[in-house]
Amino acid sequence: MELQSHIRIENLSVWYGDLQVLKDVSIEIPDRKITVIIGPSGCGKTTLLKSLNRLLDSVDDVRIRGAIFLDDEDIYGPRVEVTHIRKKMGLLSQKPQVLPMSIFDNIAYGPKIHGLRDKKKLSAAVERELRAAGLWDEVRDRLHEPAARLSVGQQQRLCLARGLAVEPEIILGDEPTSALDPQSSRIVERRLIELKEDYTVIVVTHILRQARRIADYIAFLYLGELVEHGPAAEIFANPRDPRTRAYLTGEIS
Amino acid sequence: MRRLKDLIGRRFMLVLTAVPGLLVVLMLVGLFRRSRAIYALNSVSGLLFGSSWHPLKGEFGFLPFILGTLWVTLAAMVIAVPISLLTAIYLSEYAPKFVREFTKPVVDLLAGIPSVVFGVWGVLIVVPVVGNVLAPLFGIYSSGYSVLAGGIVLAIMVFPTIIHVSLEVFSSVSYELRETSLSLGATRWETVKHVVLRKGLPGIIAASVLGLSRAFGETMAVLMVTGNIARIPKSVFDGAYTLPALIANNYGEMMSIPLYDAALMLAALVLMLVVLVFNLAARYILVKVERKAE
Amino acid sequence: MMPWNKRKAEEQFFKLLMAASTIVVIGSLLFIIGTVVVKSLPALRLSMLTQTPRGGYYLGREGGILNAIVGSLYLASGATLLAMLVSLPIVVYLNLYVKNSSRLALFTRFSLDVLWGIPSIVYGAFGFIVMMILGLRTSLLAGIIVVCLLELPIMARAMDEVVRLVPQALKDASYSVGATKLETALKVVVKQSLPGILTAILIAFGRGIGDAASVIFTAGFTDSIPRSIFQPAATLPLAIFYQLGSPLEAVRQRAYASAAVLTLIILVISLVSRGLIRRFTRHTIK
Repeated sequence: MELQSHIRIENLSVWYGDLQVLKDVSIEIPDRKITVIIGPSGCGKTTLLKSLNRLLDSVDDVRIRGAIFLDDEDIYGPRVEVTHIRKKMGLLSQKPQVLPMSIFDNIAYGPKIHGLRDKKKLSAAVERELRAAGLWDEVRDRLHEPAARLSVGQQQRLCLARGLAVEPEIILGDEPTSALDPQSSRIVERRLIELKEDYTVIVVTHILRQARRIADYIAFLYLGELVEHGPAAEIFANPRDPRTRAYLTGEIS
Repeated sequence: MRRLKDLIGRRFMLVLTAVPGLLVVLMLVGLFRRSRAIYALNSVSGLLFGSSWHPLKGEFGFLPFILGTLWVTLAAMVIAVPISLLTAIYLSEYAPKFVREFTKPVVDLLAGIPSVVFGVWGVLIVVPVVGNVLAPLFGIYSSGYSVLAGGIVLAIMVFPTIIHVSLEVFSSVSYELRETSLSLGATRWETVKHVVLRKGLPGIIAASVLGLSRAFGETMAVLMVTGNIARIPKSVFDGAYTLPALIANNYGEMMSIPLYDAALMLAALVLMLVVLVFNLAARYILVKVERKAE
Repeated sequence: MMPWNKRKAEEQFFKLLMAASTIVVIGSLLFIIGTVVVKSLPALRLSMLTQTPRGGYYLGREGGILNAIVGSLYLASGATLLAMLVSLPIVVYLNLYVKNSSRLALFTRFSLDVLWGIPSIVYGAFGFIVMMILGLRTSLLAGIIVVCLLELPIMARAMDEVVRLVPQALKDASYSVGATKLETALKVVVKQSLPGILTAILIAFGRGIGDAASVIFTAGFTDSIPRSIFQPAATLPLAIFYQLGSPLEAVRQRAYASAAVLTLIILVISLVSRGLIRRFTRHTIK
């Protein structure tokens, strides 16, 4: 498989205080594919994800070594403007985080902050993203109602639409369906698969079946170490490392 | 034997638990009855809106005091709310750990300083500054004993209340929500503006109302710096006479002039009721905020 | 301006305002304490603390504020002790004997909230009414009663907040070995919340000793140390207030010195309660 990449992680190590959470992780994330990070809980998956959009910066007492290259620029470089990096990435959290405003304003939040004021263009953007997230038909009549009134599944799709509205290149998902019912989960998974045509998708999950369903590329993280990574078909069929095998068969979880 | 101790203890504690409720009722009834003499004779509107205060002549118009209290309290809030909020936002969203750890005890200490000490400082520093520096800037003559002096001193007294409650409100906003805004590319300040402050708005209002009710009832510090002239203030540089100061200043003459004691008790009753309403409103809002956060 | 620069500029602007506000708050404390200390230096002499006012004290001659120091300590201690004897049983009863949702608990906590917000001058006025009814004159006793009423909601509320935190599991563990509620209260719950309870007492004491508006009606003022609770008592806050009003600079300086003494007492209380929390939190079960 021809794998181009514009995200390259080099020797990334992260400490929370004295505890080392990520140990020397190096990986190239393939473009326009769904990369799924798997591994038992507490092994650094979310930390790895959050290091990509530099959300780790706000944690008290965090130390980060190594580099992450986005289009050959180290996002941890001294002159880098964090908000520009974050604009390139959309984050979908585990529990849908709906901003305290209307449905319309939730989606318009990102574009407005980045300078888009034209009302017509904003409306068009909101409609476009809600369609992309598969939510348009359900909310078209109540765009100015508080977003908190939506069901959990709808909220998560709203969050997806909101993340897409800033026109990122990369979509990050932190256990995006664990809080959802099976039907909403299925919808979100389908959207992610459709989205890989235009975006690079990186998802963290502890649901192996979900990984099998959507992954093109797998990275297995165990106790902070990147044990093994490769095309999904290969990893699932022939894991090279005994730890990967143990995890895939359910021995360690 | 142990059972007996438990039983006696229980009865004793039950009786004591009735005390707070009883006390509220007693205070309301007591103040009500002691002030009856004066509103039996004068109409309520005459008392509240009359601007002539001459106890020796039997004239008891409370308006100068009500307005005086309002002016000073308002001045204090105008100064205190922005400063307290900005400080609370800084401590909650921007400050490094050691700054936070240092400032919190400072705020607590400020809260414990007695009113008279604030008054002493007010007389030594604030009054001269208002009279000799600020008033001339506006071309006004003022002795310094003024609404503004009271407002400045009161504002500092109220800082800890608003800061403390605002900090609690901010910490009830979940961290993930802030992360969401940040991950869309917003700056920290934009996150504060559109997410934290929006979500925390009812709580901030409650914090301000609590500060307001504290300011309203403050006695000594205000008494020492506002001049105590029973006239309606026309500007912040004019002197003012607040309700609490009225009561504190005149308790000595209370019994010697007819109806004076009833008038002062009425002032106390008004104070109690106003502060009660504010406090309860604020508590109610805060309870609702807490419940939402769960 | 490019939108990005505008956003950054706005953030920088507000960061400046925030830093300035924080400096104002911290600076106020330093300014106030500093002013009081500096102004009190000329008058701070050991005799200030160890003597009562002699003849002509208010005209600038010999004497000190021992009357006010002792008076305040007597008054605040008496009031705090009394408030403690009422608060502790109330808090224990509310947390061990009735449910939080019961009418008695709701009404009592509500009343405490109401009482908490009442200004001290109103307590003073009410105290005056009580004095009239009981036929008391201005005295240490009247002052103790009023300040006790003032301290009660503060102490009870602070204690309640701490005792509420004691987990039900802990209380259940005590019941299941056959302890009565009273025994559980005293031997387990109070022990567990001891640092918080002590802090509540100290906070209330600090409030009580510094308050003037409540004692202005009720405790009177005197140059001597009260020998019985029916005698009037001088208090530091009032000593400050009266001396400050003197036309003589020398007497006013003593007001500043008195203010310094009062502030020092409050600072010490604050530090002690902080230290208590830190020390005792080691022994309690988390």
